[in-house]
Amino acid sequence: MPGRPSSDGRPGTLPIRKATMTALLAPLRRAAAPVLFLLPMLLVFGLFSWWPIVRSVVMSLQQTNLVTAPEFVGLDNFRAVLQDPLLATAVQNTVWFALLALVIGYPVPLVLAVIMSDVRRARGLYTLLAYLPVVIPPAVAVLLWRIFYDAEPTGLFNTVLGWVGLGPVPWLEDRSWAMPSLVLEATWAAAGGTVIIYLAALVSVPPELYDAAEVDGAGVLRKIWHVTLPHLRGVMLITLILQIIGTAQVFLEPYLFTDGGPDNATLTVLLLVYNYAFQNTTGGDYGKATALSLMLAAFLACLSLVYFRVTRRWAS
Amino acid sequence: MSAVPVPVPQEPAAPASAPVRRRRGRTAEPESRGISSAYDRRVPGARVVRALVSGGLLVLLVVVALGPILWLAKSAVTPTQDTLRDPIALWPHGIDWANLRTAWVDIDLERYFANTVVIAIGSWAVQMLVAVTGGYVLSVLRPPGSRLLYGLVLGTMFVPAVVLLVPLYLTALDVPLLHVSLVNTYWGAFLPAGASAFNVAIVKRFFDNLPREIIDAARVDGCGDFRLFFSIVLPMSKPVLGVVSVFAVLAAWKDFIWPLVVLPDPAKQPLSVRLPRLANVTELDVLLAALLISCIVPIAFFLVFQRMFLRGGLEGAVKG
Repeated sequence: MPGRPSSDGRPGTLPIRKATMTALLAPLRRAAAPVLFLLPMLLVFGLFSWWPIVRSVVMSLQQTNLVTAPEFVGLDNFRAVLQDPLLATAVQNTVWFALLALVIGYPVPLVLAVIMSDVRRARGLYTLLAYLPVVIPPAVAVLLWRIFYDAEPTGLFNTVLGWVGLGPVPWLEDRSWAMPSLVLEATWAAAGGTVIIYLAALVSVPPELYDAAEVDGAGVLRKIWHVTLPHLRGVMLITLILQIIGTAQVFLEPYLFTDGGPDNATLTVLLLVYNYAFQNTTGGDYGKATALSLMLAAFLACLSLVYFRVTRRWAS
Repeated sequence: MSAVPVPVPQEPAAPASAPVRRRRGRTAEPESRGISSAYDRRVPGARVVRALVSGGLLVLLVVVALGPILWLAKSAVTPTQDTLRDPIALWPHGIDWANLRTAWVDIDLERYFANTVVIAIGSWAVQMLVAVTGGYVLSVLRPPGSRLLYGLVLGTMFVPAVVLLVPLYLTALDVPLLHVSLVNTYWGAFLPAGASAFNVAIVKRFFDNLPREIIDAARVDGCGDFRLFFSIVLPMSKPVLGVVSVFAVLAAWKDFIWPLVVLPDPAKQPLSVRLPRLANVTELDVLLAALLISCIVPIAFFLVFQRMFLRGGLEGAVKG
């Protein structure tokens, strides 16, 4: 190939230079693939997770409304939130929601799973039915239940209650009924997911334990009490913590069912955050919103910490 | 437990398979058992109690879990007056198929349905890209610092998404480096969905469990990072890609609060954000038709891919 080396006139240098370039580029080329593969994760997590986390700390110390330049205000946002009379209401309501969810919602999946684990035929059908509400979009579920909760005597639930001579119940219109109504729907929507967790755990109960209990003359109920439930203790603690973490962040139900009403009876912490940021007619108060979010996050972090310490103590 | 076949039948077992299963249930398998023993089941009184409990539970599940959805399906094609007068009626006086059409066309459900599909597909694509490439780097390539990186990714699991709602919104208003606004664009819905530590973690763990001999052999044969990814790792990863996909699409379909914030323009909103607004201005029967249409896709998804949702329980059941 006569024409080729003539490009720089020195035929011998081209292969040498190519070799050195390759040697120099080798580490770069080796690094190119990991960098390229890393890019999507770095960009997406960096921009939409890590940066907002850092930013929320910064913003909680600033006066920000997007109109004027952010101004450093120290702990003023936290002070303003703590002095807001609505905060106490929101915290009380959220705690009330969590307590009701513990009483109404926590035992349901456990009982369902224990019974289902002992069903011999068509167990798949049981799990299918139990999980079905979980896949319904929450907004659809709430709108549907809002119709069920019609306070008129002809409302669906009130009709059913009427058959046994009860009601009519002002499901969502009454201060004291509103929250239990929300919890009832939330339980319906979420129980199936927990049932699956329990069912998975129930499979791992060592059969020898049941055999041993039978040798000691235990019936079905005593086997549940002395073998099944103790075996589920760890999972029950996990679902308990998960439920508390979930209920501390309840937003969709109060927002769509009652918008915090009647008379702020279902105003929850997260709804208050949302209202600070997005429902403010004078422009969003983002500083207050992030300050309250951070306090909620700190509470949830404490909860996780307690959870880890408790499980470790039980494990040892 | 008796060897329940993994693919759960959508309807009660086909007649042909029923006797087979019953026979299998009767043979006592010592290594697979539940709370009640073969002896417990033979006690005459206990059999009645067991039948009552399991039958009662089935009725309860049908009424409570399936009931509201069946009611929705019925009421979606029932005239409003019928539903109001007698909400529990098992059969409507007249079937009004036009409701579905009215909902689809007149209240523009068509558009919101299409928006939801777009958001679901876009979120799915971003989540897949991030989880698969990220999992590959963290599990297979493992450059220096990847353990720290994985820690940073997992750490975001402890920050509840809702806590980030406001700073995320302000980030979407003015994305750092790029200085564009994602508010009222679908990218605003797609991209934050990708920052799912859960996805990265399950993909990485799946890659961790791939047979290293195959990867090492490919390396010895001179397979580069890209070929290893496309020709070896991805083809072996269909199960985990399927799980991530199904959950990504369903989560996007169900999501409410983030699209509510990032897509204030009604013309761009998905069903879950738009329906509550429509609920206040739409006649009951049309609203119910709209609700039914909105949950058909998730229900169909669930029925088709039920194994992925219910595996938590069934995988163990098969293993005994």
